[in-house]
Amino acid sequence: MYLRPRTVEDCCSALAEAPAAILSGGTDFFPALGDRPRPERILDLSAVADLAAIRIHDDHVAIGARATWSAIRDAALPPAFDALRAAAREVGSVQIQNVATLGGNLCNASPAADGVPPLLLLEAELELVSAGGVRQLPLPEFLLGNRCTARRPDEVLTRILVPRGPGTARSSFVKLGARRYLVISIVMAAALVEVAGGRVRSARVAVGACSAVARRLPELETALVGRDADGLARHVRPEHLFALTPISDVRASAAYRDQAALELVRRALDLCLEGAG
Amino acid sequence: MADGIVLTVNGCETRLASHPATRLSAALRDELGLEGTKVGCDAGDCGACTVLLDGEPVCACLCAAGQTEGREVTTIEGVSAPSGVAGRLQAAFLRHGAAQCGFCTPGMIMAAAALLTRNPDPSSREVEDAIGGVLCRCTGYRKIVAAILDATAPAPAAPVPAGAAIGARVERLDGRRKVEGRDIYGADAAPAGALLLRCIRSPFHRASFRFGDLAAFRAAHPGIAAVLTAADVPGRNRFGVIASFIDQPVFAEAETRFRGEAVAAVVGEPAAMVALDLAAVPVTWTELPALDTLEAALAPQAELLHPDRAGNILVRGRVVRGDVEAGLAGAAVVAEALIETGFVEHAPIEPEAGFARRVGDRIEIHACTQAPYMDRDEVAAILGIAAEQVRIVPSAVGGGFGTKLDLSVQPFLAVAAWRLGRPVRMTYSRPESMATTTKRHPARIHIRAGAGPDGRLVAIDVAADFNTGAYASWGPTVANRVPVHASGPYFVPHYRAMSRAVHTHLVPAGAFRGFGVPQATLAQEQIFDELAERLGLDGLEFRILNALRPQDPTVTGQVLGEGVGIRSCFEALRPHWRRARADAEAFNRSRGANGHLRRGAGVAGMWYGCGNTSMSNPSTMRIGVTAAGRIALHQGAVDIGQGSNTVIAQIAADAIGAPLAAIDLVSADTDLTPDCGKTSASRQTFISGKAAELAGRALRRSILRLANAGEDARLSFGEGVIVVEDGQHRAELRLASMAADERGYALSAEESFDPPTTPLDADGQGAPYAVYGFGAHLAEIEVDLMLGTVRVLKITAAHDVGRAINPTLLEGQIEGGVAQGLGLALMEEFHPGRGENLHDYLIPTVGDVPPIETILIEDPSWVGPSGAKGIGEQALIPTAPAILNAIHHASGARIRRVPATPDRVLAAVRALEAGDAQRPGGRRPERAVGRA
Repeated sequence: MYLRPRTVEDCCSALAEAPAAILSGGTDFFPALGDRPRPERILDLSAVADLAAIRIHDDHVAIGARATWSAIRDAALPPAFDALRAAAREVGSVQIQNVATLGGNLCNASPAADGVPPLLLLEAELELVSAGGVRQLPLPEFLLGNRCTARRPDEVLTRILVPRGPGTARSSFVKLGARRYLVISIVMAAALVEVAGGRVRSARVAVGACSAVARRLPELETALVGRDADGLARHVRPEHLFALTPISDVRASAAYRDQAALELVRRALDLCLEGAG
Repeated sequence: MADGIVLTVNGCETRLASHPATRLSAALRDELGLEGTKVGCDAGDCGACTVLLDGEPVCACLCAAGQTEGREVTTIEGVSAPSGVAGRLQAAFLRHGAAQCGFCTPGMIMAAAALLTRNPDPSSREVEDAIGGVLCRCTGYRKIVAAILDATAPAPAAPVPAGAAIGARVERLDGRRKVEGRDIYGADAAPAGALLLRCIRSPFHRASFRFGDLAAFRAAHPGIAAVLTAADVPGRNRFGVIASFIDQPVFAEAETRFRGEAVAAVVGEPAAMVALDLAAVPVTWTELPALDTLEAALAPQAELLHPDRAGNILVRGRVVRGDVEAGLAGAAVVAEALIETGFVEHAPIEPEAGFARRVGDRIEIHACTQAPYMDRDEVAAILGIAAEQVRIVPSAVGGGFGTKLDLSVQPFLAVAAWRLGRPVRMTYSRPESMATTTKRHPARIHIRAGAGPDGRLVAIDVAADFNTGAYASWGPTVANRVPVHASGPYFVPHYRAMSRAVHTHLVPAGAFRGFGVPQATLAQEQIFDELAERLGLDGLEFRILNALRPQDPTVTGQVLGEGVGIRSCFEALRPHWRRARADAEAFNRSRGANGHLRRGAGVAGMWYGCGNTSMSNPSTMRIGVTAAGRIALHQGAVDIGQGSNTVIAQIAADAIGAPLAAIDLVSADTDLTPDCGKTSASRQTFISGKAAELAGRALRRSILRLANAGEDARLSFGEGVIVVEDGQHRAELRLASMAADERGYALSAEESFDPPTTPLDADGQGAPYAVYGFGAHLAEIEVDLMLGTVRVLKITAAHDVGRAINPTLLEGQIEGGVAQGLGLALMEEFHPGRGENLHDYLIPTVGDVPPIETILIEDPSWVGPSGAKGIGEQALIPTAPAILNAIHHASGARIRRVPATPDRVLAAVRALEAGDAQRPGGRRPERAVGRA
């Protein structure tokens, strides 16, 4: 059965009846399917117009789960969202960016999901709706592990609610892969820094593809506060990354990921502060 | 959506009946017959299926048909108006040689059209961003970028005058249908009512297996016509490519020897097959211990994969000349290295595909292939019928690079169509293609080389083991070719090269552009740099000093006498080399500005014997003149994108003295074209081209004889007439009045050419090839010392091609070879069982291939047509060692294991730093790199 409702309410009733494979941009759905027969019951979100909207409010931005990377790239988002927009430009290819959705990126829960480190910086919350009601989860509570989320089978991820972040903060995103386009990250790093009077008022740093779920580095963030913004990267030390648990795979060795993560965090900080007063 | 999906396709309102969760690519192709949209991976990794959805490029394989409701879909079929953006792109693609096999071309054109519609004057960077999602395996992308930047109004190409085709930048004769998405590839045509076939394949490297109740399975699955196993193979359940090594079963009998080996095929109605979960077929697998490394397979007590191959050794190769031990002992400097490489996947963007049908007591196979006559003979043996009962009709081939020399879909299709009496089709999925078709051999090469105090090479000693996988395929060819080539194109008085092809329980390794020579050259050209460095010599001058000369014997004792252009290639690189080394060193001195980046320049040379090694490999070409005055060229050399359809026609036209426009191609078909051998070993321009030259001359002689004209007469081909003008003498040959000859033509000729070679003796001495191609590449790169990433900035490629028949197509071969060499150097390694897809297995994208400057050297070998040599394999061989030598120049690090992925490069750089740190002042920030 193929369902393509037009409202969130109808999506929820469909899922209340029976669980379904959820199809949105299709960029994970079809590759995972390969040449096996399609699932019995498919819920296609692509006709729910409301889920594609990006709404910028005074204190937060509400990104519809179906917003594509192209839409995020082109949206007039605050400077703290630069990391997210940079990630949008690095996902797959133009063809992928035109259809792949932010909600799909989160629900697919790959350790190398490009959207996660920038949203961790911004302390995004996810809105999950079911016939039973609405709940909101901070991103770290939603992402439970490799390909594992807290979404219940009867729920739809509807919106990603992102606080605007500190007013003067800027953010950056650096992705490392073994080729230029169409590449899955070996390591990625994102940083958000707020500077006042030449010193760091607050800093947030996240690393992806080095643990089952991308994670923030709170010890490093604390260590950066109060530092001179000039040459900030030199304060990043290997022990700040001890929380990462990279694996070895076809893309790189674990030891390499450790070394590269350290360098990428430093570069993300440098990039973040480039041109910052 | 009870009434189907209503959308606009190419401007017309269309109703799709496909299930709404069908991939749009499948709906377009299967329901609407719009087969210009190609499917390369079904995973968004290759972009071949790019179409426009409301004007924006998307991968049709990732879009559900139901999602297009009310929207506008544009495919290649909808954009071919000459004045439109796409029409201008198509003309530019032809002009620039931007389409080779043509399989990615529709996707490229759609992606580029979206860009140009939005931005008529893009930068090169914007072009790269726009096509970054479309993979091309043939061109190396630079001509595609150039074409998109030059997509101005179409300028009609001036016709090439008679006698001037050789040397002209003729547009690909089969190009128009490629750029318009009209060429018919393996998956694009099947008779109505064809059944679909899918294989059941081993999930383990080695396994025994038992079928459950297959009859009950069939009974429970309406629409399934048959489940075929080894018992259903009518003839010999074995196939191969070399007569004495026919060892691969169509369906495994007791045990599978590699992951992905087929044990059965399910054949049925398309709807039933699409709905079938192959896991429902009752097979019980028992995993068995597998030999999955060279070490395991060579261990003294290792089980044998094939009982008659002791020690799991398929074959050994050997070339010995002089006294290598004495030579090395007397050398002033000796360098030594162990080089390792992994499996490399050909990754043609077209997966293997085709159909078969039984026509009376004959079988016809329409599929992508590089070797129609070999396919014919093997299919005949599998079916237990005569070769004449098999007709092989090659489809257009969407890239091959060696992998389509072996059978893939053909045996399954043949058995099924023969047994069932119905047409049967099959298209490999990308994972199936990657798991089961041949690969480049992983190599472990130990090399020692010595030189005298004057810089002259004294001795080279090579011991090379190749992991040949479960079956023979082209393993013997690799094992025999490498010892002949491992000296490189240099004069080496004392030489010993020993090779072994070793069986493991892994995917068969076979032919891949270069047959093992690229691996050997990685070892030899790196160690040459070390010899030069120890002698305090410039790396390029060291090579020039030692370059083979026409009068020097090769390591097999052959004196070529002419057409030895290696020295010219190196000399052509000299100014580039000096500039590049100076640029890199200047960049590295300005370290304050450049931080962690270091640049370097490296060089490598190569040679490659054209054609089979010491074996007969003739080509036969037939040319006929019809009563209407058209020239039919029976051109059986399969064009897999390299350009034989065009190059051989150019040679034939000039040999006849006819304009190219008078020639019609009769493309490869074992019922219509004589045997031109296989498209491999860089032999088609040289061997089939020579046959075309001979046949063209023979035809011309017949015409001149009939017209009683002299050799310099001018021919013109008109409607039903050939006009022959020789000074004052003018004759008209009325073709309609001539009786048709035995080939059905008014006039015709057929000629064969087999290059003169001699067998190699026990020491590998003899003349294995009539002609060698030569070349040298200069790589300029940048290493990030903190991340280990390597960016190639430029490749300068000098190649001695004997005679450049078509410079545009030659550049295309060279640029494509460079891109594959770059992949081999930096990113490509296939791990059987892991990453059987194009997002884990990485091939270069447009953003990875730098500008490539080609320098064509013409040092003719007159045995070839107009002196021409092959280029196909030559182009790939020197790129990877040049890049590794450049990495050394930039960073001081030597990479012994390719690909030089960021983790390996960083480890090598760090190891060097750890060593340097022992010395005072040797820490990285102060260390001078870019040393000479």
